[in-house]
Amino acid sequence: MTNLSYSPKVLEHFRNPHNFGSISNADAVGEVGNLTCGDVMKLYLKISKNSEGKEFIEDVKFETLGCAAAIATSSVVTDLAKNKTLEDALKIGNQDVIKALDNLPVVKIHCSLLAADALTEAIYSYYQKTAQSIPDYLEKKHQQNLVCHREKAIK
Amino acid sequence: MNKQIYFDYAASTPLDPRVLKTMLPLFEFDFCGNTMSLHSFGQKASEIVEESRNTFAKILNSKPQEIIFTGSATESNNTVLKGIAFANQKKGKHIIISSIEHDCIVESSNWLKKMGFEITKVPVDKFGLIDLEALKLSIRPDTILVSIIHGNNEIGTIQDLEAIGKICKENKVYFHTDASQSFGKTPIDVQKMNLDLLTASSHKIYGPKGVALLYIKSGTKIEPLLHGGGHEYGLRSSTVNVPLIAGFAKAAELCIEEMPQETERLTKLRDKLINSILTSIEGSYLNGHPTQRLSNNINISFSKVEGESLMLQLDFAGIACSTGSACSSNSLEPSHVLLATGLKAHQAHGSLRFSIGRWTTEEEIDYLLEVIPQVINKFRILSPFKL
Repeated sequence: MTNLSYSPKVLEHFRNPHNFGSISNADAVGEVGNLTCGDVMKLYLKISKNSEGKEFIEDVKFETLGCAAAIATSSVVTDLAKNKTLEDALKIGNQDVIKALDNLPVVKIHCSLLAADALTEAIYSYYQKTAQSIPDYLEKKHQQNLVCHREKAIK
Repeated sequence: MNKQIYFDYAASTPLDPRVLKTMLPLFEFDFCGNTMSLHSFGQKASEIVEESRNTFAKILNSKPQEIIFTGSATESNNTVLKGIAFANQKKGKHIIISSIEHDCIVESSNWLKKMGFEITKVPVDKFGLIDLEALKLSIRPDTILVSIIHGNNEIGTIQDLEAIGKICKENKVYFHTDASQSFGKTPIDVQKMNLDLLTASSHKIYGPKGVALLYIKSGTKIEPLLHGGGHEYGLRSSTVNVPLIAGFAKAAELCIEEMPQETERLTKLRDKLINSILTSIEGSYLNGHPTQRLSNNINISFSKVEGESLMLQLDFAGIACSTGSACSSNSLEPSHVLLATGLKAHQAHGSLRFSIGRWTTEEEIDYLLEVIPQVINKFRILSPFKL
Protein backbone atom coordinates (compact mmCIF):
# COMPACT_ATOMS: atom_id res chain seq x y z
CA MET A 1 0.00 0.00 0.00
CA THR A 2 1.60 3.21 -1.06
CA ASN A 3 0.93 6.79 -0.38
CA LEU A 4 -0.46 7.21 -3.85
CA SER A 5 -3.32 4.78 -3.52
CA TYR A 6 -5.00 7.04 -0.96
CA SER A 7 -6.87 10.17 -2.02
CA PRO A 8 -5.44 13.50 -0.83
CA LYS A 9 -8.51 13.79 1.40
CA VAL A 10 -7.70 10.51 3.18
CA LEU A 11 -4.11 11.60 3.70
CA GLU A 12 -5.24 14.99 4.99
CA HIS A 13 -7.53 13.42 7.60
CA PHE A 14 -4.79 10.92 8.46
CA ARG A 15 -2.20 13.63 9.00
CA ASN A 16 -4.48 15.97 10.90
CA PRO A 17 -7.40 13.98 12.24
CA HIS A 18 -10.44 15.96 13.40
CA ASN A 19 -12.06 15.38 16.80
CA PHE A 20 -9.68 12.82 18.20
CA GLY A 21 -9.49 11.95 21.87
CA SER A 22 -12.10 10.91 24.38
CA ILE A 23 -15.01 12.60 26.18
CA SER A 24 -14.78 11.88 29.88
CA ASN A 25 -18.48 12.27 30.63
CA ALA A 26 -19.73 10.93 27.32
CA ASP A 27 -23.42 10.11 26.99
CA ALA A 28 -22.65 7.22 24.69
CA VAL A 29 -19.71 5.16 23.49
CA GLY A 30 -19.59 2.89 20.46
CA GLU A 31 -16.75 0.46 19.89
CA VAL A 32 -16.25 -1.79 16.88
CA GLY A 33 -13.46 -3.95 15.45
CA ASN A 34 -10.89 -5.94 17.37
CA LEU A 35 -7.17 -6.25 17.87
CA THR A 36 -6.80 -9.37 15.75
CA CYS A 37 -8.18 -7.59 12.71
CA GLY A 38 -5.91 -4.66 13.42
CA ASP A 39 -8.62 -2.00 13.53
CA VAL A 40 -10.45 -0.83 16.64
CA MET A 41 -12.64 2.29 16.62
CA LYS A 42 -14.18 3.94 19.62
CA LEU A 43 -16.59 6.86 19.26
CA TYR A 44 -17.67 9.08 22.16
CA LEU A 45 -20.86 11.17 21.93
CA LYS A 46 -22.12 14.11 23.93
CA ILE A 47 -25.85 14.43 23.32
CA SER A 48 -28.13 17.43 23.96
CA LYS A 49 -31.58 18.61 22.92
CA ASN A 50 -31.97 21.25 20.21
CA SER A 51 -34.54 24.09 20.15
CA GLU A 52 -37.10 21.69 18.71
CA GLY A 53 -36.50 19.28 21.57
CA LYS A 54 -34.78 16.75 19.37
CA GLU A 55 -31.70 14.98 20.60
CA PHE A 56 -28.57 15.84 18.64
CA ILE A 57 -24.84 15.16 18.75
CA GLU A 58 -23.35 18.17 20.43
CA ASP A 59 -19.85 16.76 20.52
CA VAL A 60 -18.13 13.69 19.15
CA LYS A 61 -14.61 12.33 19.55
CA PHE A 62 -12.82 9.22 18.41
CA GLU A 63 -9.97 6.95 19.38
CA THR A 64 -8.75 4.51 16.73
CA LEU A 65 -6.07 1.89 16.46
CA GLY A 66 -5.59 1.12 12.79
CA CYS A 67 -4.27 1.99 9.38
CA ALA A 68 -4.44 5.35 7.63
CA ALA A 69 -7.87 4.50 6.21
CA ALA A 70 -9.21 3.56 9.63
CA ILE A 71 -8.01 6.85 11.08
CA ALA A 72 -9.32 8.88 8.15
CA THR A 73 -12.76 7.22 8.18
CA SER A 74 -13.00 7.78 11.95
CA SER A 75 -12.08 11.42 11.54
CA VAL A 76 -14.52 12.05 8.71
CA VAL A 77 -17.42 10.27 10.39
CA THR A 78 -17.06 12.60 13.38
CA ASP A 79 -17.34 15.56 10.98
CA LEU A 80 -20.43 14.04 9.35
CA ALA A 81 -22.11 13.29 12.68
CA LYS A 82 -21.40 16.49 14.56
CA ASN A 83 -24.49 18.65 15.20
CA LYS A 84 -26.77 16.12 13.52
CA THR A 85 -29.91 14.88 15.25
CA LEU A 86 -29.65 11.23 16.25
CA GLU A 87 -32.26 10.44 13.61
CA ASP A 88 -30.16 12.02 10.87
CA ALA A 89 -26.90 10.61 12.22
CA LEU A 90 -28.34 7.11 11.91
CA LYS A 91 -28.73 7.74 8.19
CA ILE A 92 -24.98 8.11 7.73
CA GLY A 93 -23.79 5.03 5.87
CA ASN A 94 -20.40 3.83 4.73
CA GLN A 95 -21.02 5.27 1.25
CA ASP A 96 -21.28 8.74 2.81
CA VAL A 97 -17.95 8.14 4.50
CA ILE A 98 -16.35 7.02 1.24
CA LYS A 99 -17.80 10.00 -0.60
CA ALA A 100 -16.57 12.47 2.01
CA LEU A 101 -13.07 11.05 1.62
CA ASP A 102 -13.10 11.24 -2.21
CA ASN A 103 -13.00 7.43 -2.38
CA LEU A 104 -11.07 4.64 -0.66
CA PRO A 105 -8.90 1.84 -2.09
CA VAL A 106 -11.00 -1.33 -2.55
CA VAL A 107 -9.10 -3.25 0.15
CA LYS A 108 -9.94 -0.45 2.61
CA ILE A 109 -13.71 -0.35 2.09
CA HIS A 110 -14.17 -2.26 5.34
CA CYS A 111 -12.75 0.74 7.22
CA SER A 112 -15.70 2.84 6.04
CA LEU A 113 -18.05 0.13 7.33
CA LEU A 114 -16.30 0.18 10.68
CA ALA A 115 -16.66 3.95 10.95
CA ALA A 116 -20.37 3.91 10.09
CA ASP A 117 -20.90 0.96 12.46
CA ALA A 118 -19.11 2.69 15.31
CA LEU A 119 -21.55 5.60 15.03
CA THR A 120 -24.55 3.27 14.88
CA GLU A 121 -23.28 1.36 17.89
CA ALA A 122 -22.81 4.55 19.90
CA ILE A 123 -26.38 5.69 19.17
CA TYR A 124 -27.71 2.19 19.87
CA SER A 125 -26.02 2.18 23.27
CA TYR A 126 -27.46 5.64 23.99
CA TYR A 127 -31.02 4.50 23.17
CA GLN A 128 -30.48 1.47 25.36
CA LYS A 129 -29.08 3.50 28.24
CA THR A 130 -31.89 6.03 28.11
CA ALA A 131 -34.49 3.27 27.74
CA GLN A 132 -35.76 4.59 24.41
CA SER A 133 -37.46 2.31 21.96
CA ILE A 134 -35.02 0.90 19.45
CA PRO A 135 -36.21 0.67 15.85
CA ASP A 136 -36.13 -2.84 14.37
CA TYR A 137 -33.56 -1.98 11.73
CA LEU A 138 -31.21 -0.61 14.38
CA GLU A 139 -31.59 -3.69 16.54
CA LYS A 140 -30.83 -5.80 13.46
CA LYS A 141 -27.78 -3.73 12.61
CA HIS A 142 -26.54 -4.04 16.18
CA GLN A 143 -26.90 -7.82 16.04
CA GLN A 144 -25.07 -7.89 12.69
CA ASN A 145 -22.24 -5.86 14.16
CA LEU A 146 -21.92 -8.34 17.00
CA VAL A 147 -21.91 -11.37 14.74
CA CYS A 148 -19.57 -9.80 12.23
CA HIS A 149 -17.05 -8.78 14.86
CA ARG A 150 -17.20 -12.12 16.55
CA GLU A 151 -16.50 -13.83 13.23
CA LYS A 152 -13.54 -11.56 12.69
CA ALA A 153 -12.25 -12.35 16.17
CA ILE A 154 -12.35 -16.08 15.41
CA LYS A 155 -10.50 -15.55 12.17
CA MET B 1 12.86 18.84 7.13
CA ASN B 2 13.30 17.95 3.50
CA LYS B 3 15.12 14.66 3.79
CA GLN B 4 14.62 11.48 1.82
CA ILE B 5 16.03 8.48 3.62
CA TYR B 6 15.86 4.97 2.25
CA PHE B 7 15.52 2.22 4.86
CA ASP B 8 14.10 -0.40 2.52
CA TYR B 9 17.21 -2.04 1.05
CA ALA B 10 15.66 -5.47 1.67
CA ALA B 11 12.89 -4.59 -0.79
CA SER B 12 15.32 -3.42 -3.45
CA THR B 13 18.60 -1.57 -3.62
CA PRO B 14 19.83 1.35 -5.70
CA LEU B 15 22.15 0.42 -8.55
CA ASP B 16 25.83 0.95 -7.72
CA PRO B 17 27.31 3.46 -10.22
CA ARG B 18 30.24 1.06 -10.75
CA VAL B 19 27.75 -1.59 -11.86
CA LEU B 20 26.10 0.84 -14.24
CA LYS B 21 29.51 1.67 -15.70
CA THR B 22 30.15 -2.02 -16.35
CA MET B 23 26.79 -2.47 -18.03
CA LEU B 24 26.52 0.61 -20.23
CA PRO B 25 28.96 -0.41 -23.01
CA LEU B 26 27.21 -3.79 -23.23
CA PHE B 27 24.07 -2.11 -24.56
CA GLU B 28 26.04 -0.94 -27.61
CA PHE B 29 26.24 -2.44 -31.10
CA ASP B 30 29.32 -4.54 -30.40
CA PHE B 31 27.43 -6.71 -27.93
CA CYS B 32 24.17 -7.04 -29.85
CA GLY B 33 24.72 -10.69 -30.67
CA ASN B 34 22.66 -13.58 -29.42
CA THR B 35 24.82 -15.78 -27.22
CA MET B 36 23.56 -18.82 -29.14
CA SER B 37 24.93 -17.51 -32.45
CA LEU B 38 28.24 -18.95 -33.61
CA HIS B 39 29.40 -15.78 -35.38
CA SER B 40 31.77 -13.33 -33.72
CA PHE B 41 28.99 -11.08 -32.42
CA GLY B 42 27.33 -14.00 -30.68
CA GLN B 43 30.60 -15.25 -29.31
CA LYS B 44 31.55 -11.86 -27.96
CA ALA B 45 28.27 -11.70 -26.06
CA SER B 46 28.67 -15.28 -24.94
CA GLU B 47 32.13 -14.59 -23.54
CA ILE B 48 30.74 -11.89 -21.25
CA VAL B 49 28.13 -14.29 -19.92
CA GLU B 50 30.68 -17.06 -19.36
CA GLU B 51 32.99 -14.67 -17.50
CA SER B 52 30.06 -13.78 -15.27
CA ARG B 53 29.30 -17.44 -14.73
CA ASN B 54 32.92 -17.99 -13.66
CA THR B 55 32.67 -15.11 -11.22
CA PHE B 56 29.69 -16.69 -9.49
CA ALA B 57 31.25 -20.15 -9.55
CA LYS B 58 34.28 -18.78 -7.72
CA ILE B 59 32.16 -16.94 -5.17
CA LEU B 60 29.92 -19.93 -4.44
CA ASN B 61 32.65 -22.60 -4.78
CA SER B 62 30.77 -24.37 -7.57
CA LYS B 63 31.55 -25.32 -11.16
CA PRO B 64 30.65 -22.65 -13.76
CA GLN B 65 28.22 -24.97 -15.54
CA GLU B 66 26.31 -25.33 -12.29
CA ILE B 67 25.16 -21.69 -12.50
CA ILE B 68 22.22 -20.66 -14.67
CA PHE B 69 20.89 -17.13 -15.05
CA THR B 70 17.19 -16.39 -14.69
CA GLY B 71 14.96 -13.32 -14.71
CA SER B 72 14.27 -13.08 -10.99
CA ALA B 73 14.64 -14.86 -7.66
CA THR B 74 10.94 -15.66 -7.95
CA GLU B 75 11.68 -17.46 -11.23
CA SER B 76 14.62 -19.33 -9.70
CA ASN B 77 12.52 -20.44 -6.75
CA ASN B 78 9.62 -21.48 -8.99
CA THR B 79 12.05 -23.48 -11.12
CA VAL B 80 13.35 -25.29 -8.05
CA LEU B 81 10.00 -26.19 -6.55
CA LYS B 82 8.21 -27.14 -9.75
CA GLY B 83 11.28 -28.44 -11.58
CA ILE B 84 12.37 -30.78 -8.78
CA ALA B 85 8.79 -31.87 -8.12
CA PHE B 86 8.12 -32.87 -11.71
CA ALA B 87 11.50 -34.49 -12.31
CA ASN B 88 11.45 -36.58 -9.13
CA GLN B 89 7.83 -37.57 -8.65
CA LYS B 90 8.66 -41.22 -9.24
CA LYS B 91 10.73 -41.14 -6.06
CA GLY B 92 8.07 -39.29 -4.13
CA LYS B 93 5.73 -36.35 -3.91
CA HIS B 94 6.70 -34.90 -0.55
CA ILE B 95 8.40 -31.51 -0.22
CA ILE B 96 9.57 -29.77 2.95
CA ILE B 97 9.76 -26.00 3.31
CA SER B 98 9.89 -23.80 6.42
CA SER B 99 7.09 -21.74 7.91
CA ILE B 100 8.98 -18.51 7.13
CA GLU B 101 9.56 -18.77 3.38
CA HIS B 102 9.09 -15.94 0.90
CA ASP B 103 5.73 -15.81 -0.85
CA CYS B 104 7.17 -17.21 -4.09
CA ILE B 105 8.11 -20.44 -2.29
CA VAL B 106 4.83 -20.51 -0.37
CA GLU B 107 2.71 -19.93 -3.47
CA SER B 108 4.68 -22.42 -5.59
CA SER B 109 4.12 -24.98 -2.83
CA ASN B 110 0.41 -24.17 -2.71
CA TRP B 111 0.21 -24.72 -6.45
CA LEU B 112 2.08 -28.02 -6.18
CA LYS B 113 -0.38 -29.10 -3.51
CA LYS B 114 -3.14 -28.67 -6.06
CA MET B 115 -1.09 -30.84 -8.43
CA GLY B 116 -1.07 -33.66 -5.89
CA PHE B 117 2.15 -32.99 -4.01
CA GLU B 118 2.35 -32.95 -0.25
CA ILE B 119 4.01 -30.04 1.56
CA THR B 120 5.31 -30.02 5.13
CA LYS B 121 6.21 -26.71 6.76
CA VAL B 122 8.92 -27.02 9.40
CA PRO B 123 8.30 -24.71 12.38
CA VAL B 124 10.74 -22.12 13.72
CA ASP B 125 11.46 -20.96 17.26
CA LYS B 126 10.73 -17.47 18.58
CA PHE B 127 13.91 -16.16 16.93
CA GLY B 128 12.96 -17.63 13.57
CA LEU B 129 15.49 -20.47 13.67
CA ILE B 130 14.48 -23.78 12.07
CA ASP B 131 13.73 -26.58 14.49
CA LEU B 132 16.34 -29.08 13.29
CA GLU B 133 14.77 -32.00 15.17
CA ALA B 134 11.42 -31.28 13.55
CA LEU B 135 13.17 -31.15 10.18
CA LYS B 136 14.78 -34.57 10.74
CA LEU B 137 11.46 -36.06 11.80
CA SER B 138 9.59 -34.65 8.82
CA ILE B 139 11.89 -36.27 6.23
CA ARG B 140 10.26 -39.42 4.80
CA PRO B 141 11.26 -41.98 2.16
CA ASP B 142 9.16 -40.08 -0.39
CA THR B 143 10.65 -36.66 0.44
CA ILE B 144 12.32 -35.20 -2.64
CA LEU B 145 13.26 -31.66 -1.60
CA VAL B 146 13.99 -29.50 1.42
CA SER B 147 13.84 -25.76 0.69
CA ILE B 148 14.80 -23.40 3.51
CA ILE B 149 15.35 -19.66 3.23
CA HIS B 150 18.88 -18.59 4.26
CA GLY B 151 18.53 -15.02 5.55
CA ASN B 152 14.90 -14.21 6.16
CA ASN B 153 13.59 -11.21 4.24
CA GLU B 154 11.35 -9.97 7.04
CA ILE B 155 13.04 -10.76 10.35
CA GLY B 156 16.62 -11.20 9.12
CA THR B 157 17.30 -14.49 10.91
CA ILE B 158 20.12 -16.48 9.28
CA GLN B 159 19.77 -20.27 9.30
CA ASP B 160 22.60 -22.68 9.94
CA LEU B 161 22.76 -24.06 6.39
CA GLU B 162 25.66 -26.37 7.20
CA ALA B 163 23.62 -28.17 9.85
CA ILE B 164 20.56 -28.39 7.59
CA GLY B 165 22.71 -29.53 4.65
CA LYS B 166 24.16 -32.33 6.77
CA ILE B 167 20.68 -33.60 7.62
CA CYS B 168 19.65 -33.50 3.95
CA LYS B 169 22.80 -35.31 2.86
CA GLU B 170 22.33 -38.06 5.44
CA ASN B 171 18.80 -38.53 4.18
CA LYS B 172 19.68 -38.22 0.48
CA VAL B 173 17.21 -35.39 -0.11
CA TYR B 174 17.83 -32.42 -2.39
CA PHE B 175 18.56 -29.24 -0.45
CA HIS B 176 17.71 -25.79 -1.78
CA THR B 177 18.13 -22.41 -0.17
CA ASP B 178 16.68 -19.06 -1.14
CA ALA B 179 19.68 -16.83 -0.51
CA SER B 180 18.12 -13.70 -2.05
CA GLN B 181 18.71 -11.66 1.09
CA SER B 182 21.94 -13.25 2.32
CA PHE B 183 23.98 -13.58 -0.87
CA GLY B 184 26.66 -10.89 -0.91
CA LYS B 185 26.14 -10.17 2.79
CA THR B 186 27.34 -13.39 4.39
CA PRO B 187 29.74 -16.06 3.06
CA ILE B 188 28.17 -18.97 1.19
CA ASP B 189 29.97 -22.14 0.13
CA VAL B 190 27.69 -24.58 -1.67
CA GLN B 191 30.00 -27.52 -1.02
CA LYS B 192 30.55 -26.86 2.66
CA MET B 193 26.82 -26.32 3.10
CA ASN B 194 25.97 -29.36 0.98
CA LEU B 195 23.62 -27.34 -1.20
CA ASP B 196 22.10 -28.88 -4.32
CA LEU B 197 20.32 -25.70 -5.32
CA LEU B 198 20.62 -22.03 -4.43
CA THR B 199 18.81 -18.86 -5.47
CA ALA B 200 20.52 -15.45 -5.52
CA SER B 201 19.23 -12.13 -6.77
CA SER B 202 20.87 -9.10 -8.38
CA HIS B 203 18.68 -6.19 -7.30
CA LYS B 204 19.22 -6.97 -3.59
CA ILE B 205 22.98 -6.40 -3.96
CA TYR B 206 23.09 -3.10 -5.88
CA GLY B 207 22.81 -4.82 -9.26
CA PRO B 208 20.10 -4.31 -11.88
CA LYS B 209 16.55 -5.62 -11.47
CA GLY B 210 15.42 -8.40 -13.79
CA VAL B 211 18.25 -10.88 -13.30
CA ALA B 212 18.99 -13.63 -10.78
CA LEU B 213 20.74 -16.97 -10.67
CA LEU B 214 20.11 -20.53 -9.78
CA TYR B 215 22.91 -22.84 -8.74
CA ILE B 216 22.10 -26.46 -9.64
CA LYS B 217 24.60 -29.08 -8.54
CA SER B 218 25.73 -31.40 -11.37
CA GLY B 219 23.61 -34.51 -11.54
CA THR B 220 20.52 -32.93 -9.98
CA LYS B 221 17.34 -34.13 -11.66
CA ILE B 222 15.30 -31.04 -12.56
CA GLU B 223 12.85 -29.93 -15.25
CA PRO B 224 12.92 -26.41 -16.73
CA LEU B 225 9.99 -24.01 -16.47
CA LEU B 226 10.71 -22.48 -19.87
CA HIS B 227 11.16 -24.69 -22.91
CA GLY B 228 12.56 -23.34 -26.14
CA GLY B 229 15.96 -22.68 -27.68
CA GLY B 230 17.86 -24.54 -24.99
CA HIS B 231 19.72 -21.63 -23.42
CA GLU B 232 21.41 -22.05 -20.03
CA TYR B 233 22.09 -25.78 -20.52
CA GLY B 234 18.49 -26.31 -21.54
CA LEU B 235 17.27 -25.23 -18.13
CA ARG B 236 16.14 -21.72 -18.98
CA SER B 237 15.30 -21.04 -22.60
CA SER B 238 15.16 -17.31 -23.37
CA THR B 239 17.59 -15.04 -25.14
CA VAL B 240 20.31 -14.31 -22.63
CA ASN B 241 20.34 -10.79 -21.19
CA VAL B 242 24.05 -10.00 -21.42
CA PRO B 243 24.25 -6.52 -19.84
CA LEU B 244 22.13 -7.44 -16.83
CA ILE B 245 24.10 -10.63 -16.17
CA ALA B 246 27.41 -8.75 -16.37
CA GLY B 247 26.00 -6.10 -14.03
CA PHE B 248 24.87 -8.77 -11.59
CA ALA B 249 28.37 -10.32 -11.63
CA LYS B 250 30.01 -6.93 -11.05
CA ALA B 251 27.62 -6.23 -8.19
CA ALA B 252 28.46 -9.60 -6.63
CA GLU B 253 32.19 -9.03 -6.97
CA LEU B 254 31.91 -5.67 -5.21
CA CYS B 255 29.89 -7.19 -2.37
CA ILE B 256 32.41 -9.98 -1.84
CA GLU B 257 35.36 -7.56 -1.94
CA GLU B 258 33.78 -5.21 0.54
CA MET B 259 32.04 -7.79 2.70
CA PRO B 260 34.27 -7.80 5.81
CA GLN B 261 34.29 -4.01 6.30
CA GLU B 262 30.71 -3.51 5.16
CA THR B 263 29.36 -6.23 7.44
CA GLU B 264 31.14 -4.67 10.39
CA ARG B 265 29.90 -1.18 9.53
CA LEU B 266 26.30 -2.22 8.96
CA THR B 267 26.19 -4.47 12.03
CA LYS B 268 27.25 -1.51 14.17
CA LEU B 269 24.55 0.72 12.67
CA ARG B 270 21.98 -2.07 12.95
CA ASP B 271 22.72 -2.70 16.61
CA LYS B 272 22.75 1.00 17.42
CA LEU B 273 19.31 1.38 15.88
CA ILE B 274 17.91 -1.73 17.59
CA ASN B 275 19.32 -0.94 21.03
CA SER B 276 18.34 2.72 20.92
CA ILE B 277 14.75 1.96 19.92
CA LEU B 278 14.35 -0.83 22.48
CA THR B 279 15.65 1.32 25.31
CA SER B 280 13.94 4.59 24.36
CA ILE B 281 10.49 3.39 23.26
CA GLU B 282 8.25 1.64 25.74
CA GLY B 283 6.46 -1.43 24.39
CA SER B 284 8.93 -2.15 21.59
CA TYR B 285 10.22 -5.65 20.84
CA LEU B 286 12.83 -7.01 18.45
CA ASN B 287 11.63 -9.59 15.94
CA GLY B 288 14.14 -12.19 14.73
CA HIS B 289 17.42 -13.32 16.23
CA PRO B 290 19.52 -10.76 18.16
CA THR B 291 22.86 -11.85 16.64
CA GLN B 292 22.27 -14.56 14.05
CA ARG B 293 20.71 -12.05 11.68
CA LEU B 294 21.43 -10.19 8.45
CA SER B 295 23.72 -7.25 9.05
CA ASN B 296 21.21 -4.90 7.44
CA ASN B 297 17.91 -6.01 8.98
CA ILE B 298 16.01 -4.37 11.83
CA ASN B 299 12.47 -5.56 12.59
CA ILE B 300 10.62 -4.21 15.61
CA SER B 301 7.06 -4.54 16.90
CA PHE B 302 5.47 -1.59 18.68
CA SER B 303 2.55 -2.49 20.90
CA LYS B 304 -0.81 -0.70 20.63
CA VAL B 305 -0.08 0.89 17.26
CA GLU B 306 -0.57 -0.22 13.67
CA GLY B 307 2.27 -0.54 11.16
CA GLU B 308 0.77 0.99 8.04
CA SER B 309 0.00 4.21 9.92
CA LEU B 310 3.54 4.31 11.25
CA MET B 311 5.00 3.62 7.83
CA LEU B 312 2.99 6.40 6.17
CA GLN B 313 3.76 8.90 8.89
CA LEU B 314 7.46 8.06 8.60
CA ASP B 315 7.16 8.52 4.83
CA PHE B 316 5.83 12.04 5.47
CA ALA B 317 9.00 12.61 7.51
CA GLY B 318 11.07 11.40 4.54
CA ILE B 319 11.79 7.91 5.85
CA ALA B 320 10.98 4.85 3.70
CA CYS B 321 10.52 1.51 5.48
CA SER B 322 8.07 -1.41 5.43
CA THR B 323 5.62 -3.22 7.71
CA GLY B 324 4.24 -6.70 8.37
CA SER B 325 0.80 -5.35 9.20
CA ALA B 326 -2.22 -6.94 7.56
CA CYS B 327 -3.44 -3.47 6.70
CA SER B 328 -0.60 -2.99 4.26
CA SER B 329 -1.20 -6.23 2.39
CA ASN B 330 -3.85 -6.88 -0.20
CA SER B 331 -4.80 -10.12 1.54
CA LEU B 332 -5.43 -8.23 4.80
CA GLU B 333 -3.51 -10.99 6.59
CA PRO B 334 -0.62 -10.19 8.92
CA SER B 335 2.86 -11.46 8.00
CA HIS B 336 2.99 -15.28 8.13
CA VAL B 337 6.67 -15.00 9.10
CA LEU B 338 5.93 -12.99 12.24
CA LEU B 339 3.05 -15.30 13.16
CA ALA B 340 5.38 -18.31 12.70
CA THR B 341 7.72 -16.90 15.35
CA GLY B 342 4.81 -16.94 17.79
CA LEU B 343 3.64 -13.34 17.53
CA LYS B 344 -0.07 -12.67 17.97
CA ALA B 345 -1.82 -10.94 15.07
CA HIS B 346 -1.98 -7.62 16.91
CA GLN B 347 1.80 -7.73 17.53
CA ALA B 348 2.43 -8.40 13.84
CA HIS B 349 0.19 -5.44 12.91
CA GLY B 350 2.50 -3.16 14.85
CA SER B 351 5.75 -4.21 13.20
CA LEU B 352 8.17 -2.15 11.15
CA ARG B 353 11.15 -3.34 9.13
CA PHE B 354 14.08 -1.02 8.54
CA SER B 355 16.70 -2.40 6.17
CA ILE B 356 19.93 -0.51 5.68
CA GLY B 357 22.70 -0.70 3.10
CA ARG B 358 25.67 0.70 1.26
CA TRP B 359 24.61 4.35 1.44
CA THR B 360 23.17 4.35 4.94
CA THR B 361 24.96 6.80 7.23
CA GLU B 362 25.04 7.21 10.98
CA GLU B 363 23.35 10.60 10.52
CA GLU B 364 20.40 8.86 8.88
CA ILE B 365 20.14 6.44 11.81
CA ASP B 366 20.23 9.40 14.19
CA TYR B 367 17.50 11.17 12.23
CA LEU B 368 15.29 8.10 12.41
CA LEU B 369 15.92 7.82 16.14
CA GLU B 370 14.88 11.45 16.52
CA VAL B 371 11.66 11.04 14.51
CA ILE B 372 10.39 7.63 15.54
CA PRO B 373 9.41 8.35 19.18
CA GLN B 374 7.21 11.24 18.00
CA VAL B 375 5.57 9.05 15.38
CA ILE B 376 4.87 6.20 17.81
CA ASN B 377 3.55 8.69 20.32
CA LYS B 378 1.17 10.30 17.82
CA PHE B 379 -0.59 7.00 17.20
CA ARG B 380 -0.54 5.90 20.82
CA ILE B 381 -2.43 9.08 21.66
CA LEU B 382 -4.97 8.24 18.94
CA SER B 383 -5.34 4.64 20.13
CA PRO B 384 -8.17 3.53 22.42
CA PHE B 385 -5.69 1.21 24.13
CA LYS B 386 -3.29 2.90 26.48
CA LEU B 387 0.07 1.39 27.37
